[in-house]
Amino acid sequence: MKKPRTLFDKIWDAHEAVPAGPDHPAVIYVDTHLIHEVTSPQAFALLRERGLRVRRPDRTWATVDHSIPTRFVEGRPAFLNRATRNQVETLERNCEEHGILLFRMGDPGQGIVHVIGPELGLTQPGRVIVCGDSHTSTHGAFGAWAFGIGTTEVAQVLATQCLLQERPHTLGIEISGRLGAGVTAKDLILGVIRRFGVAAGRGHVIEYRGGAVRALDMEARMTLCNMSIEAGARAGLIAPDETTFEYLEGREQVPSGDAFAGLVARWSRLPTDEGAAFDRSLSFDAGSLEPMVTWGTNPGMSCGVSEAVPAPADAEERAALDYMGIEAGRPLLGRPADVVFIGSCTNARISDLRAAARVLAGRRTNPATQLLVVPGSAKVRRQAEAEGLDEVFRAAGAEWRAPGCSMCIAMNGDRLSPRELAVSTSNRNFEGRQGPGGRTVLASPVTAAASALAGAVADPRPFLQD
Amino acid sequence: MDPVVRIASRTVVLPADNVDTDQIIPARFLTGTRRDGLGASLFADWRRDGAGELRPDFPLNRPEAEGSRILVAGANFGCGSSREHAPWALTDYGFAAVVSPSIADIFKGNAVRNGLVPVEIEPSAHRQLVSRPGAEIVIDVQAGSVSLPDGGSARFELAPFARRCLLTGRGPLDFLLEREAAILRYEQGKDDDAAAP
Repeated sequence: MKKPRTLFDKIWDAHEAVPAGPDHPAVIYVDTHLIHEVTSPQAFALLRERGLRVRRPDRTWATVDHSIPTRFVEGRPAFLNRATRNQVETLERNCEEHGILLFRMGDPGQGIVHVIGPELGLTQPGRVIVCGDSHTSTHGAFGAWAFGIGTTEVAQVLATQCLLQERPHTLGIEISGRLGAGVTAKDLILGVIRRFGVAAGRGHVIEYRGGAVRALDMEARMTLCNMSIEAGARAGLIAPDETTFEYLEGREQVPSGDAFAGLVARWSRLPTDEGAAFDRSLSFDAGSLEPMVTWGTNPGMSCGVSEAVPAPADAEERAALDYMGIEAGRPLLGRPADVVFIGSCTNARISDLRAAARVLAGRRTNPATQLLVVPGSAKVRRQAEAEGLDEVFRAAGAEWRAPGCSMCIAMNGDRLSPRELAVSTSNRNFEGRQGPGGRTVLASPVTAAASALAGAVADPRPFLQD
Repeated sequence: MDPVVRIASRTVVLPADNVDTDQIIPARFLTGTRRDGLGASLFADWRRDGAGELRPDFPLNRPEAEGSRILVAGANFGCGSSREHAPWALTDYGFAAVVSPSIADIFKGNAVRNGLVPVEIEPSAHRQLVSRPGAEIVIDVQAGSVSLPDGGSARFELAPFARRCLLTGRGPLDFLLEREAAILRYEQGKDDDAAAP
């Protein structure tokens, strides 16, 4: 009998173009390479310096997302400055020169790289997917091994379609229980990171398992895997199942008919075998979670929305509270919010916007709070508009923007002023992440929407009772 | 990339744990298309105040930090964003090594590929270095050792390939290009070439 293997083991084994030797790591073949304007220009420059071509333009997909404007002035994109415009134009030239399909601004397929991959059906179980972006872990929701790489590695993949990889360890996280009403996948991953720490996954690929994970829809699974990097893991995986197959069927890059049935048969063999061992195992109960909010400057510094902010345990936590202007000993509830940002590769899919709209419908945001809703892709934007969600957002007082990373990374001019506080559905509350001196409270779309109504950090649950 | 064999320098100590790459180089400095020139923006929001003035108490700004090539940092250094601009900024500023009890995965790989030596040492040795900012130490990449202020030394691990990259200045791209035949064989044997037309 064959040795039982984990989902990760199976993907690894199928992608070893050259096994590891005594003096080199394995050569891993990359099925799908996603690129964007910020971490690719230096990679193309390296190719040019070395006289190299892109080996598989057909396996390479490009979009613009990080530094593009989400506002238009007189019908033209309002770039922050010449540099950001130049990055976009550089990507356009590079894609043209190397025959790579690029989703430009205004293109119906454009969007945040980790939103469009799944949308197109490029993200498929068993694939190796890389991108010069740490939130590539998102695609692991489909049972793909997906991880962020540096720009030199982007050049390696462009030139050879391969990467040298030391084999990571595996970490199984068994998640039991059921998420309560108003508690989402975002709260779940924040709870996991709080419990196990921001470095728990270092050197590991996480596999999220158990009933609470199986119960999540694909978009919620993406939110969960998205923040694996915030737990220190380059990749997070969820075994493919009926939920996965149903999501993928009929997508543009997924074959149909018998070919699809064949793929489903193949994908069904991917889940971790009975008896397979993880290098480490942890367990977590989702049932006791309430909506989570971060109070500090890394994603592990969080608590339940009604829970008192814990007393600082060390100098790092003291510095974080000081930066945030937050006092320990009482809940964040009621802390005024200058901005609410609903967007990013963590929480800007259609289900996120629907959830936020449900809270906002028929209500008005607090006039002191700016609400920014930035869909994750052009497709999400169209779908939201078809459902009238944009009207709900506008009627509530929100700004409805064009798709992009926007205030998650604050490269495009969408940013906080010093000491402003945002309740944000993004993934990082690092110092200055949303603008120099800006303060970020990470939360789910429903918590963010409720906070926009209250003008302060709010519990979404009272808004969801009807 | 130049070979790195031995680094002898005074240290600069930045003891905070979980220093993320957004602190090493804030995102607003990522709008360029070149690898060089990022040293000026290293730790921008810690080195300078809101008015753009240097903060005299920030470790990198103290006179004794001038010319240091070794950064002693806290645990989980380089977590967060995969931006290779982080090691680019550190090397452009003049650093040749980062010494920490633990370095985040993506950053560690990016560091090696840019000749920045990631030195992970055990906590007691690290505490000694943190308590002695400005100590003169020597990092021996071949031996995998760091000299300590008390006259002892600490070991650090590097994967054999990473060590060779640092010592020879030859990165993985050359290795991969030399495996073209094997990659082609693998590619042709792949039965799920879904990306092919």
